[in-house]
Amino acid sequence: MRPATTNVKTLKIDGRDLSGRQEETILEVARQNGIFIPRLCEMEGLTDVGACRMCLVEIKGQNRLLPACVTAVEEGMEVTTDSERLQNYRRMILELLFTERNHVCSVCVSNGHCEMQMLAQRLGITHVHFPYRYPKEEVDASHDRFVIDHNRCILCTRCVRVCDEIEGAHTWDITGRGIDAQVITDLNEPWGSSETCTGCGKCVHVCPTGALFEKGRSVAEMLKRRQFLPYLTMMREENE
Amino acid sequence: MAKLLPFRPRIAVGMGTCGTGNGSEGVYHAFADAIDKRGLDIHLARVGCFGFCAQEPLVNVWLPGRPLVILHRVQSQHVDEILDDVMMGNIPTALALCKIEEWDHITAQVKYGTGYANIPSWRDIPFFKGQKKIVLRNCGLINPDDVEEYIAVGGYQSLYNVLIDNRPDVVIEQIKAAKLRGRGGAGFSTGQKWDFLRKAVAEKKFIICNADEGDPGAYMNRNEIESDPHSLLEGMLIAGFLTGATMGIIYVRAEYPLAVHRLERAIEQAKEYGLLGEDILGRGFNFNIELVEGAGAFVCGEETALINSLEGFAGRPRPRPPFPAQKGLWGFPTNINNVETWYNVAPIIARGPAWFTETGSAKSPGTKVFSLVGKVHNTGLVEMPLGTPLKTFVYDIGEGGVGGRAIKSVQTGGPSGGCIPHEMFDTPVDYESLAQLGSIMGSGGMVVMDEDNCMVDVARYFIEFTNSESCGKCVPCRVGLDKSLRILNRITSGAGRMQHMETLEELSRYIRDSSLCGLGQSAPNPVVSTLKSFAEEYRAHIEDHKCPAGVCGVQPVGETA
Ligand SMILES: Cc1cc2nc3c(=O)[nH]c(=O)nc-3n(C[C@H](O)[C@H](O)[C@H](O)COP(=O)(O)O)c2cc1C
Ligand code: SF4
Ligand code: SF4
Ligand code: FES
Repeated sequence: MRPATTNVKTLKIDGRDLSGRQEETILEVARQNGIFIPRLCEMEGLTDVGACRMCLVEIKGQNRLLPACVTAVEEGMEVTTDSERLQNYRRMILELLFTERNHVCSVCVSNGHCEMQMLAQRLGITHVHFPYRYPKEEVDASHDRFVIDHNRCILCTRCVRVCDEIEGAHTWDITGRGIDAQVITDLNEPWGSSETCTGCGKCVHVCPTGALFEKGRSVAEMLKRRQFLPYLTMMREENE
Repeated sequence: MAKLLPFRPRIAVGMGTCGTGNGSEGVYHAFADAIDKRGLDIHLARVGCFGFCAQEPLVNVWLPGRPLVILHRVQSQHVDEILDDVMMGNIPTALALCKIEEWDHITAQVKYGTGYANIPSWRDIPFFKGQKKIVLRNCGLINPDDVEEYIAVGGYQSLYNVLIDNRPDVVIEQIKAAKLRGRGGAGFSTGQKWDFLRKAVAEKKFIICNADEGDPGAYMNRNEIESDPHSLLEGMLIAGFLTGATMGIIYVRAEYPLAVHRLERAIEQAKEYGLLGEDILGRGFNFNIELVEGAGAFVCGEETALINSLEGFAGRPRPRPPFPAQKGLWGFPTNINNVETWYNVAPIIARGPAWFTETGSAKSPGTKVFSLVGKVHNTGLVEMPLGTPLKTFVYDIGEGGVGGRAIKSVQTGGPSGGCIPHEMFDTPVDYESLAQLGSIMGSGGMVVMDEDNCMVDVARYFIEFTNSESCGKCVPCRVGLDKSLRILNRITSGAGRMQHMETLEELSRYIRDSSLCGLGQSAPNPVVSTLKSFAEEYRAHIEDHKCPAGVCGVQPVGETA
């Protein structure tokens, strides 16, 4: 056994005895140990916002469900990452997201590589029992190389964060509230005329769905590359 | 005291936003003009609101040695008549609502005088019977624009004692012993929160007054500030000293211009009197209070959204932990309390925790200010001991339904509170009992409903509100409330199906359990509570295509989707 220093916390996740560093989140420790917790807004290297609520877990002795991506590990914590209730709620999130805008996988550039689609398969979603909204959302293809299709945006804000925190451009932001919230470029101008966008494409590659994609990709062709993320944050931390 | 009890008659006009809305501005000017024109020796003042909104404009008249008399529904045309009476040493009895012989300002006692056998004492007026004014101790009686009147009723005495005594630990223990709980809704122990802040080690620490009051229909915080701004400053100053905070911020709703104005005056005057700023009361304590106007969204009242808004970001909540006490404004330890919480501070220090716990229930001592509105006879702001049964509000204070109609339900806690059915009116109004019934204390809203209110429509109305105020950050609240609203719209329009009731329940449970902040977590309350207590009304809309209250335009529509 390791000596219990204040920096190391020992805890149980799904019955397994594990340890993590102080300030590490449940999700990080689970991931290091090969325990799968579904997530949509979390992305390694970006600030965690706890927005999608996909990663909710149960903690013994607490009535409330807590998001694994923003909850720091604590000594003696007993975490359950999978239960009927959690599965139900996770399915509900996906159902709500599928009905919020227009996700027609069969014609989507990300078909087969979409994080939301993969989660839906994994959680065994076969049908959606809420009515669809079918909003009319815009597609902005004004940029030379990229397109944003708001029909497929799930408002995870990964694009906003990567652009601000890694690229430092802060091109993306959120406008509006509630069901009318939208991601925007600059002050809600067409992406193509954005003065801050450096064209780096990081947003495209972190987007979990087919909302952001490269021009010229057709159905199922948009593969996302994320290797740059941990590397970049490592560089950034070293420079600090 | 010379201003409150001068050697000449004093006339004071109630001029909160509620009073001015009912014409008290005109009444005040009529008095001022007439007194001027006739060269009368009368002290004219503006005061805040005494709480009986249905009877505004209220005017206090005091003749030396006699009780203070509250006149109600005073109009400009009454002014000459009132002045005639006053100059003759009489009281215009026809307009008199009640009299006050002596008043307990908690921090001081004022004896106005005796007499007027034919005017009822304020305690005998049903609307006031049972009320206990701790928070509203000065409201409607002193001039909010005059720090001297506040000082005359014992104001800033508690601050002085705390500074002289200089034992912050002991005083925080007293606040804990008084079991003061936050009046902003969640009811967390105030003393404990202060203790966290006191123990936090940091270069800077902040305390914030949450005066965002976004609940539609709630106006207790507005009234408190407009009527007695110095009590708020004193509460914050005391906490600032006890916790070692370096600065105070009042985050006030931008739609409250009069409250902002009075606070600005109060801050200015407090500085002039050495009660705020550097070396306060000569005790070497430095503390400043800044006023910030809110961004205008309901969710900005949530503490982490409020902090985001103060930092210049969009008012969207952050996950907690970290709690503000750990990492708040600009990353520094921060303590946030509701307006009303601050108003309880000076009284607890003046009279001690044992006195405070005499009022209210064992777990929730003290009082709470409620706004009683809707289908009751008497409406207004009432301050009642916590734990008072709901029926006392409805039948004693409110004097029952309008025109003797039967009351069906009371909705407590603002837009995310639940509807409590008539059968449950014995319930004591405190944090735990309301939560057990699927409602909340919230900011203290109480909307009384009778047979003319459709409970399905009520639920729909509140979901429409919370849905439009959702910040959109998290999925359950953003999309879940939109779905709930759509389903409720279908039911009230006659296109509902029985299975919708189950779907609503399932959705509600999910939104409550998985939303990020309190808005989403409590938003389903109106739906859950009406589904539970008024399922029959839902069924009538769905199966019989009828709205029993005749509110919804239910049309038997063919089944779609
Ligand atoms: C959606 C939402 C709106 C809120 N609005 C207010 C408000 O207008 N005023 C307030 O004092 N607290 C409000 N709160 C509660 C605050 O987050 C916080 O709990 C409170 O200010 C703490 O003060 P207290 O301990 O004195 O009650 C709100 C909470 C939520 C979730
Ligand atoms: S565009 Fe993509 S990355 Fe950006 S918020 Fe929408 S789904 Fe998330
Ligand atoms: S619960 Fe609603 S208001 Fe609160 S963070 Fe989520 S979307 Fe925003
Ligand atoms: S991954 Fe944790 S809330 Fe989105």
